[in-house]
Amino acid sequence: MAKDVAVIGVGQSSFVRGYAGSIRELAFEAFREAMQDAGIAAKDVGASIFCSAPEYDKQRSPAGVLAEYLGLIPQPTLYVESVCSASSSGVRVAYSMIKAGLHDVVVVCGFQKMSEITSAESQERMGRGADIQWEAPFGTMMPAYYALYAQAYMAKNGLTHEDLMNVRLKSATYGQTNERAVYRKGIKAADFDPSNPDAKMAGAVAWPLRVGDACANADGSSCIILANAEKAKAFSKKPVWILGIGAASEAVNMAARPDFAKGLSVGYGAAAQAYKMSGLTAKDIRVAEVHDCFTIAEIMAYEGLGFAPMGDGKQLIREKATYKEGRIPVNVDGGLLSKGHPIGATGGSQMRTIVLQLRNEAGPMQVPGDPDIGLVHNVGGVGLYGNVTIFGR
Amino acid sequence: MGFDKFGRKSFTAVTKTAKFVDLLGEGKIEGTVCKKCGAKFFPPRADCSACLSNEMDWFAMPNKGKLETFTTAYYAPFGFEADPPYTMGVVDFGDGLKLFARLTKGIKPEDVSVGMNVTINPLKYDDGQISFEITKA
Repeated sequence: MAKDVAVIGVGQSSFVRGYAGSIRELAFEAFREAMQDAGIAAKDVGASIFCSAPEYDKQRSPAGVLAEYLGLIPQPTLYVESVCSASSSGVRVAYSMIKAGLHDVVVVCGFQKMSEITSAESQERMGRGADIQWEAPFGTMMPAYYALYAQAYMAKNGLTHEDLMNVRLKSATYGQTNERAVYRKGIKAADFDPSNPDAKMAGAVAWPLRVGDACANADGSSCIILANAEKAKAFSKKPVWILGIGAASEAVNMAARPDFAKGLSVGYGAAAQAYKMSGLTAKDIRVAEVHDCFTIAEIMAYEGLGFAPMGDGKQLIREKATYKEGRIPVNVDGGLLSKGHPIGATGGSQMRTIVLQLRNEAGPMQVPGDPDIGLVHNVGGVGLYGNVTIFGR
Repeated sequence: MGFDKFGRKSFTAVTKTAKFVDLLGEGKIEGTVCKKCGAKFFPPRADCSACLSNEMDWFAMPNKGKLETFTTAYYAPFGFEADPPYTMGVVDFGDGLKLFARLTKGIKPEDVSVGMNVTINPLKYDDGQISFEITKA
């Protein structure tokens, strides 16, 4: 298990609706926390990488603007995107730069200010994260795409609406304990009951997915600071090492997808690479963050990561195995469902959660038993991009 | 005809596969097949990712398949607000060919199921847009 590249600082803004500031100010919030966490100064940083999903902001080529605002000029800076997994892709690039010996310390900052456009416009942009030539003309949107997976998956594997609801109830349980989460209210089973006139989670969005199955849009930023072994040991008392890193891609068009009932291929592909590189298996993972943009996505992620056999992810939620006290705690910070999903910031926020868990600094979200190995699963688009990163002390 | 005629609302004006829309206008739903290596593509491609050739023929898509999955949208993205509810799905024809489209307007959710037999038909909208849809076989 190579310990060549470590996380030495993590930060994130609160995830909110309608951030009262510009993207540079939003990015600074996560950056400030990560720099203070790492205990380093701007002169110690060799390069910066900025990550978001384009089109939400008016600013063209944000990297230069943000690098200046963060005080990271004249060091090299660049922009990386893979929509919802942008900051995981940014970390992949930073990891490569450090391993190649180009830089000792690299800052990866993910950000997204989604609130400047309406929800419908946001859906339209997200739909255009899929195939605009052959699919968007039918009126596609993110919930509909994930609903295609949910429909086939549920028909084949006996997954029920109650199972999906239970994923959401879990995320709401932990969202209430995360002071940075956008959705901090509790959710009850009655909120999903169509016979209850006040059931705020029951309305169909793209059947079989309902309001409560979808994550919350949010504004937010995240920052991960990576260093090589020498600098990590010099700067950090608690470096958290990247032990494995994997990434995969899949056909954008639904007509080219292999089998909807089997879930997202990128989850399997990225996980296999990360496990191979780290020499670890699913059984070694003590805490995980998975990409639950929709409840169905969390179930599919269990299987892609090997926490459950293909088609059997429902058992984990039925047995509460992914709760904090369970066999493999998943998304105990509220996940995308309750913490919120500011697209470009999400991967970095997931990594921050895992790093805090491995440092035993996660506060009310801390998984018991002193977890030493954690995993981040971050998907872009409708399983278009997949990134899995394994961390260890 | 330009590709801006394709679908409820097109986001692509220019493509080398624009002939697809002309064929649709003649009632034909066709994909492309590589002249060099025989690889078949739907949706159509102008370039072959298998052998890098750019010489393509058109071929008629199969007409009968099974509905692999579907969803009914109760909300729509910007520009499609007048349409919900509408159902979209993926048809598997076997032989590696699949197709994504809307199902016939007004089809009842209880009449749609995973695995049901379906056919594909060309479709003209009142505003002149041209598309294809999935119907129950």
